[in-house]
Amino acid sequence: MSDEPVIRFDDVSKVYSLPGGDVVALDHVTLTVEPGEFVAVMGPSGSGKSTLLNLMGCLDVPTSGRIFINGEEISRMSDDVLTRLRRNHIGFIFQQFNLIPLLSALENVEFPVVLTERRGESRERAIRVLRSMDLEEELFSHKPSELSGGQQQRVAIARALVNEPELLLCDEPTGNLDTKTGTAIMDLLRLENGEGKTIVMVTHDPKVAEYAHRHIRIVDGRLV
Amino acid sequence: MIFFNFAVRNLRRHWIRSALSIIGIVIGVIAIASLGIMGNSINLLVANLITDVGDTIVITPHTPFGDTFAGDPRTAVDAAIPARQVDEIRRAASPHRVIPVLQGADEVDFGGGESGYAQVIGLDVEDIPVLLELEGGQYPRANQPGALVGTYLADEYDIASGARITIGDEEMRVTGVLAERGFAFDINPDYAIVVPADWYRDHFGAEDEYSMVVVRVGDIAEIDAVKDAVDNQLNRREETVDIVDSRDLLAQYEEIYQQITVFLLGIGGISLIVAAVNILNVMYISVTERIREIGIMRSIGVRRQEVLRLFLYEAAILGIVGSVIGGAFSAVGGYVISVAAVEVFTAGTTFGENFTVFDATAVGFVVFGMLFGIGTSIAAGFYPAWKAAQQLPIEAMRHD
Repeated sequence: MSDEPVIRFDDVSKVYSLPGGDVVALDHVTLTVEPGEFVAVMGPSGSGKSTLLNLMGCLDVPTSGRIFINGEEISRMSDDVLTRLRRNHIGFIFQQFNLIPLLSALENVEFPVVLTERRGESRERAIRVLRSMDLEEELFSHKPSELSGGQQQRVAIARALVNEPELLLCDEPTGNLDTKTGTAIMDLLRLENGEGKTIVMVTHDPKVAEYAHRHIRIVDGRLV
Repeated sequence: MIFFNFAVRNLRRHWIRSALSIIGIVIGVIAIASLGIMGNSINLLVANLITDVGDTIVITPHTPFGDTFAGDPRTAVDAAIPARQVDEIRRAASPHRVIPVLQGADEVDFGGGESGYAQVIGLDVEDIPVLLELEGGQYPRANQPGALVGTYLADEYDIASGARITIGDEEMRVTGVLAERGFAFDINPDYAIVVPADWYRDHFGAEDEYSMVVVRVGDIAEIDAVKDAVDNQLNRREETVDIVDSRDLLAQYEEIYQQITVFLLGIGGISLIVAAVNILNVMYISVTERIREIGIMRSIGVRRQEVLRLFLYEAAILGIVGSVIGGAFSAVGGYVISVAAVEVFTAGTTFGENFTVFDATAVGFVVFGMLFGIGTSIAAGFYPAWKAAQQLPIEAMRHD
C-alpha cells in the first residue's frame, strides 16, 4: 500500500443526465495523488471541481473509467463497503461546515467513532482531537448553532480527523470564513499535512491555494 | 444506541409535532381497545341474559324466511301448528316431554284503573311447572284455574298472588308471580300472563292453533335424534315446521354479536389508520426537512440500514408512547363505557348483577389495540425511513 497512490483516476468521465440533455461534468480525467501530497484543485464554478472531489470521496460513482482509492477499485463496491471506506479512510471538510445540528460540538466529533467498532474510547478520542483544534473547552457542549463559523469549522476538522483517515477532502474550507479565521484554519490543515495526511482541497481563492504543494486546474471537466 | 438517542432528540426538537402524532395514536388505540371491550361486554351480557335452555328444542310453523329464530318478528305471521301435528310431534319425540304453547294478546285490566295490552300464554297446567319457576304463590291446578304473572309485569302494576285481574272481559285470580326468566328462546314470560291452556281455548276460541311446540329432551346427546325424528315425521313431503334447538340459537346470537364486535373494532381501526396516516405525514416531513442532515451523516460513514433504523426508531417511539398512554386510557375508558352500557341494557332488571366487565378478553383487546398501534406506527414510518436511506449522499447534501 505504501507505494500505491492514495487516489488514482483512470480515464474517468462523469455525465449527468438532465431533462435538457446530458451534462459532461468530467471528461476523461486521469490523475494520481500520492501519499502525503497537498493538492489544490482550482477552476471556475461549474468546471467540475466538486464532481472531482465527490468522486474522490466515494460519494458518487463515475459514468466510465476507473477510480482506485488506496489501490482498490471503487465502482464495483456496494454501498455499505463504500460507506465503510468513507468512514475509516476519508475525512470531509465542507464550506458549509455541515455539522449535525442535533448534536453538541463534542458529540459531532464523537459521532464517526461511535459508528466504528472502537466506540468504547470514543469520548476520550473526541476530546483529544477537539482540544488539538484550539477550541475552548467550554464550547464543547455547545450546539453548532451556538458557535461561530470558525469554531464550527474547527469542530468539522476534528470530526474529519477523529477516525485517523489517510485522506482529507476539503471543499472550499475557508469559503464561509473571514480572512483571519480562514488563515487559522489553513494553518491547521497545513499542520495535518505536515503529519502525513494527504489533502485534496477545492478552492478558487489563489491565496488559499498557496498552502498546497501541487495545483490542478480544471476547466469544462478537463485538466489543463 | 446513538441512533435511538438521535431519534429521541429529534422528536423532542419538534415536540409539538410529536405530541400531536402521539395524541393521534392514543385516540386510535383508545377507540380500538374500548370499542372492543364494549363489544365484548355486550357479548357477555347477552350470554348472561339468555336463559340456559340447553336441552330444549323449539318447533315453530315453517315460514318462507327459513332459518329465523323464534323471536324474529317475521315468524309472527298468521301461521300455527294444528293439534294434529302436535300429536305427530308427541309420537316422534316420545318419550320426551312435548309442551305445546298458545300465545296471544288481550286487553288486561290490572285493577286500580290500570289496563293495557299484554301477552297471554296458554300452557297445559301440568306443563307449567316444567317450564317456569315461581317467585311467589302457587301454580294453577286443573280444577282451580288462575293466572301467573310475569315478574316485570307484576312489578310494574304492583300485582301479588291473590290479586284479581281482568283479561278481556273475564275476571281471574292471580295464583302466583313467575320468577325472572330473561331472554329465553322458547317463551319470554317476564312481561306476560300465563294461563292454563283450557282457559285460553275457552277465552280466545282458538281451535288448537299452537304458536310453537317446546320439546324438553333430558339428555343433550339425544337432541339431534329427536330433531331428526320430528323432521321425518312432519317435513317428509313439504316443510311444515322449523325445528331449532338452543345451540342453533346461541350460535346465531354469537354470530350477530361477533359482527357487532367486528363493526366496533372496524370503527376503532379506522381511527387508528387516520393516526397512522398522520405518523406517515410527520415522518415524511421529518425526512424531507432532514435530507441534508441525512446526506451529511451518509458522507461521514453512516450506512443505509442505520439511517433506516434512525427513522424507524422515531416512528416506533411515537407508536409505543402513544399506545401505552392509549392502553392505559382505554382500560379505564372501556370499563366506564361498559358499565354504562350494562346499566342501560339491564335497567330495571337483575341481569347486570355480578357481571364482570373485565375479563381476559377485555385485557386482550387492550393489548391488541396497543400492538396494533405500535404496528401501524412502524409500518407508517417504514416508507419515509426507506426513502431517507435511499438518498444519494451528494444529492441529499445539495438539498436545502
